[in-house]
Amino acid sequence: MSLREVGAVTGVGETAYSRDSGRSVLALQLEASLNAIRDAGLDPKDIDGIIPYAGAVVAEDFVTNFGIPDLRFSATTPLGGASCVAGIQAALAAIKAGICRHVLLPIGRNGSSGGRIGMRVQQMPQFRVVGEFEMPLGAIAPAQLYAPMARRHMELYGTTSRQLGEIAVSTRGNAILHGNAMMTRPMTIDDHQASRMISDPLRLLDCSLESDGGAAIVVSGAEYARDLRKRPVYVTGIAEGHPDSPSAITQRPDMTRLGLAKAAPKAFAMAGVTPADIDVAEIYDCFTYIVLCQLEDIGFCKKGEGGPFVESGAIRLGGELPINTHGGLLSQAHVVGMNHVVELVRQLRGEAGPVQVTDAEIGLVTGYGDMGDGSVAIMRRG
Amino acid sequence: MTNDSYDKPMPEPTPDSAPYWAGLQQHKLLLQKCAGCGRIRHYPRPMCDACYSTDVTWVEAAGRGKVHSWTITHHAFVPGFRDELPYVLATVDLEEGVRMNAQLRGADPVSLRIGLPVRVDYERAREGLTLPILRAEG
Ligand SMILES: [Zn+2]
Repeated sequence: MSLREVGAVTGVGETAYSRDSGRSVLALQLEASLNAIRDAGLDPKDIDGIIPYAGAVVAEDFVTNFGIPDLRFSATTPLGGASCVAGIQAALAAIKAGICRHVLLPIGRNGSSGGRIGMRVQQMPQFRVVGEFEMPLGAIAPAQLYAPMARRHMELYGTTSRQLGEIAVSTRGNAILHGNAMMTRPMTIDDHQASRMISDPLRLLDCSLESDGGAAIVVSGAEYARDLRKRPVYVTGIAEGHPDSPSAITQRPDMTRLGLAKAAPKAFAMAGVTPADIDVAEIYDCFTYIVLCQLEDIGFCKKGEGGPFVESGAIRLGGELPINTHGGLLSQAHVVGMNHVVELVRQLRGEAGPVQVTDAEIGLVTGYGDMGDGSVAIMRRG
Repeated sequence: MTNDSYDKPMPEPTPDSAPYWAGLQQHKLLLQKCAGCGRIRHYPRPMCDACYSTDVTWVEAAGRGKVHSWTITHHAFVPGFRDELPYVLATVDLEEGVRMNAQLRGADPVSLRIGLPVRVDYERAREGLTLPILRAEG
């Protein structure tokens, strides 16, 4: 028994991305959700499962605003930035169990206008341990908590800041081509190298955006997906993984390995494919280093070889593994990676316009959250 | 500076961690040692993940370790750290087999490397709160 081909992503939707939406988080999520539901050719009242991002909005808000008559399943998957892809796993499990047919996964936030990310994390229960033992010492924001992982990788493997810069630069190029992105100014490696140091080795341009906006998807059971409006994109492999010492990076036996290293082999085995079969990948990019580490943990290159791998141009459009074709969290918007799922679905439908990867049939999307939680989905064109 | 103006995050000790924070006040780095199987663990928490015992004794660490990794922070995420910029946060392998994190004081950034020997020191942050810091050995 597995979740292979149990369901498909049948609808995707987004709002505009901005620095100040002037709207409530719920309003953003409703707009993105309505776009996703209509993209699938469904009516909001067809939704019978909801997995909201743990936070400001609950399933009941959607029942109320959409007038959903019979919500049969609701859950949250609180894995920070790994929540969205982990939520797909939960949706498929519920569909497989026969509980529901069409599950809505909405997210939305006023991450720019609503308060600084560095301050918000202190309130989150998954940061309780570092909140007690590390934040009082001055290790407060994710950039500071994650930087030692990057530094260790650099010391062990010779990874350079310029190699991290290649991730920022190639992602920016994709954002500009894509069109629906907050960052529209070209970036060079020199721009990256000149950007101010936040927490060494992470510079400003190694860090993702703070954004207002929403994104949503609909996951439907395979037997219901076939007759909907758009070509279904089937989920063939999916898994989540939690790192050793998930509450504190400081205590992790191997600081250069994320929870994704446990999840990826399971997802590939379920899908019956290997990393070489992946045509396009959307990799959670809260920081450039987190992308590099995930490329290794997935197996696109060996541990320690992420630097030369990205430097070779492999991750650029036209390279052997184009990634973050929408501009990611670094240059499109930070909506906790739901925009990565949206983009992968568009790539596999052939709807990605100027950033379309030619003949993209099999793709992969990841999530990364909190102190290293990971999630990964492999999808195929239907 | 009065206590009311202290604008850095404050720890909120729990019954599991109170001895750790009390130890720092006395300039001791106390680690939990499982009373069931003898394993030393950090950060303080209720249960031993090897034998599931909740009984602990607290042992004083030697206060010596080696740098595992680090970051040099150039941006103050809360105003209280602005005057300290830039500061080094080091992750250190203690001799007891667990790690700790603290500001490393007085080290030349170019001297930082994996394996750099350091020792634990203590710094009064405010009334009732002493924090561990690190100093390069020798
Ligand atoms: Zn024990």
